[in-house]
Amino acid sequence: MNSRDKAELGLRLLRHMHRVRAVEEEIAERYPEGKMRCPTHLSTGQEAVPAALAECLLSSDFAVSTHRGHAHYLAKGGNLNAMIAEIYGKASGCSRGKGGSMHLVDLQVGFMGTSAIVGNSIPIGVGLALSAQYKRTDQVSCVFFGDGATEEGVYYESLNFAAVRRLPVLFVCENNLYSVYSPIRARQPADRSIAGVAKSMGLKTVQGDGNDALAVYGGCAHALADIRAGGGPWLVEYSVYRWREHCGPNYDDDLAYRPAKEVEHAKQRDPISLLRRQLATVVPDLEELESAMLREIRDEVDAAFHFAEISSFPSADEAFLGEYA
Amino acid sequence: MSPPDLKTFSSAINEALVEAMAQDETVICYGLGVDDPKAVFGTTTGLQERYGDRRVFDTPTSENAMTGVATGAALGGLKPVMTHQRLDFFLLALDQLVNAAAKWHYMFGSQQSVPVTIRLIVGRGWGQGPTHSQNLHSWFAHIPGLKVVMPTTPRDAKGLLLSSIFDPNPVVFIEHRWLYGGLGEVPDGDFRVPIGTANVLRSGTDITITSSSYLTVEALEAAEVLSQQYGIEVEILDLRTIRPLDWDTILSSVARTGMFLALDTAFTTGSIAGEMVARVSMALFGQLKKPPSRLAMPDVSEPTSIALTRGFYVRSQHIVERVAEMFGSPVINQKETDCYDQMPDVPGDWFSGPF
Repeated sequence: MNSRDKAELGLRLLRHMHRVRAVEEEIAERYPEGKMRCPTHLSTGQEAVPAALAECLLSSDFAVSTHRGHAHYLAKGGNLNAMIAEIYGKASGCSRGKGGSMHLVDLQVGFMGTSAIVGNSIPIGVGLALSAQYKRTDQVSCVFFGDGATEEGVYYESLNFAAVRRLPVLFVCENNLYSVYSPIRARQPADRSIAGVAKSMGLKTVQGDGNDALAVYGGCAHALADIRAGGGPWLVEYSVYRWREHCGPNYDDDLAYRPAKEVEHAKQRDPISLLRRQLATVVPDLEELESAMLREIRDEVDAAFHFAEISSFPSADEAFLGEYA
Repeated sequence: MSPPDLKTFSSAINEALVEAMAQDETVICYGLGVDDPKAVFGTTTGLQERYGDRRVFDTPTSENAMTGVATGAALGGLKPVMTHQRLDFFLLALDQLVNAAAKWHYMFGSQQSVPVTIRLIVGRGWGQGPTHSQNLHSWFAHIPGLKVVMPTTPRDAKGLLLSSIFDPNPVVFIEHRWLYGGLGEVPDGDFRVPIGTANVLRSGTDITITSSSYLTVEALEAAEVLSQQYGIEVEILDLRTIRPLDWDTILSSVARTGMFLALDTAFTTGSIAGEMVARVSMALFGQLKKPPSRLAMPDVSEPTSIALTRGFYVRSQHIVERVAEMFGSPVINQKETDCYDQMPDVPGDWFSGPF
């Protein structure tokens, strides 16, 4: 990649990351108002992987995600207004108030849904890939999940089926080391990696630093090119870190379930600062461009919250509609 | 030899699958053993030869993931039909059934539906034992978003399976192992029976009996005995669909007869039969001549040894006795008693294991 391409790509990645962070931090800021009445899992600190995938997935590709799905929804091009309205429980929400933060969908851009049950959306993503293979389209199905999901039986069943049928799936594991408060050392042996297990099951793999958006982009773009060429499923595993509490708007470092040094180290690896440093040499007017970018994002985020605030609630009878298609 | 115009329940299932796949290229059929030499009791015979291994395929032994795969494939525009050799095996997939397939349409604001058909086979007798024989349809019927279908006749098996495959919602389609050899007339071609409608299999004026799946066969036998030996005319409603239940047909029949007995192949406590007794009592309390009643499996796991199955299942004899009791008639000794004593764990001498 020449330096001009790197600069352009880098600025787009930076914009994606700033946008996700601005949205998540605005939710955190306003959550105590009590208008967002649903469990909400923020991705602050975990912006690089979704930003990279925003750059390398096509709008026609499928994606499914988890309870921590805001960043993935936005990466796939999901409508911001509809997402915020959904978290506010409004009729204009992407799931019309039936789903909330943990059940986001935007069919226009192939974002097919998120699940609040750990591991639950993984085989659904594989089934979407089966439909793409069956219809002989060039779509890839991107399946987002965390390290906790790799302890579910359905995860292994899904990887196995994707491998045996050579399905066009990109499994994306964002390993943030914690399943709620439970550290990975209590859950998985230290000398075994998630990518290593996937490799032994017949998938091609990449493992890397999930704070380095440019590197994640490189890994995912390479995997996607191979999947589109019929190379079968890939699993990419990226180390990331959740800054705020598992569920909710706060920091919970006072609970001391994570070593203070670990938290501090993770914040030093802030994916936004890291990319900014990487771009400093190739984008001379970075500061100026970034300020303009942040102003635009601010306006967009404010408008989305305004849209959610002024939208109507669904009528109470709508609770009884929609059991069947 | 049976007359040529009669077909078995298993061939009726096969006809429905052939018809659905011929009609719609998005119908796919998979499950452990769908292409094996036994062809799931003959229900999938010839499908792969006809439609190829792209549309009809064997799978890993991964009930939960393969159910999620069906949901995903359905979201991607396919109509998957999954097959499980036993209902009990499918219990590994409850997360995908309950938390995903059943919820998807509602949870995402009615934007996408999940047209998946899940065929489950209920075993019984010949030592099937505690984990190859469970009738857990009331579990599925408890879940909003699912439809639950349990045919008895070959005609309904074909008509309801076609309706299930082309229904936009997830349908749990329950086939009883003891019905596969049953014979009946089956219309050719694209023949459909609407989901959610009970069928009056026998008209009568004295008592309404609701039943489903294999137990309806026993109920029909009992009705014959009750008519000939007791002068009691039974109206038999074959429910065919457990969710949604056809309350209009059920309540209007009970309103006419004033007597009600609910039969169920499930364990007694928490059964659909219990739900029906509750609803009928609440709706028609003043019109009932006697308290309503139910007959279902005892609240214990199904035993394996033939010796332990004597008197265990609800057979026509028990239905006759219960109805006689409700009418205050003394029970006339039945010859069938001897027959059940010798073969309590099979539907007839034509049935043998091992599976």
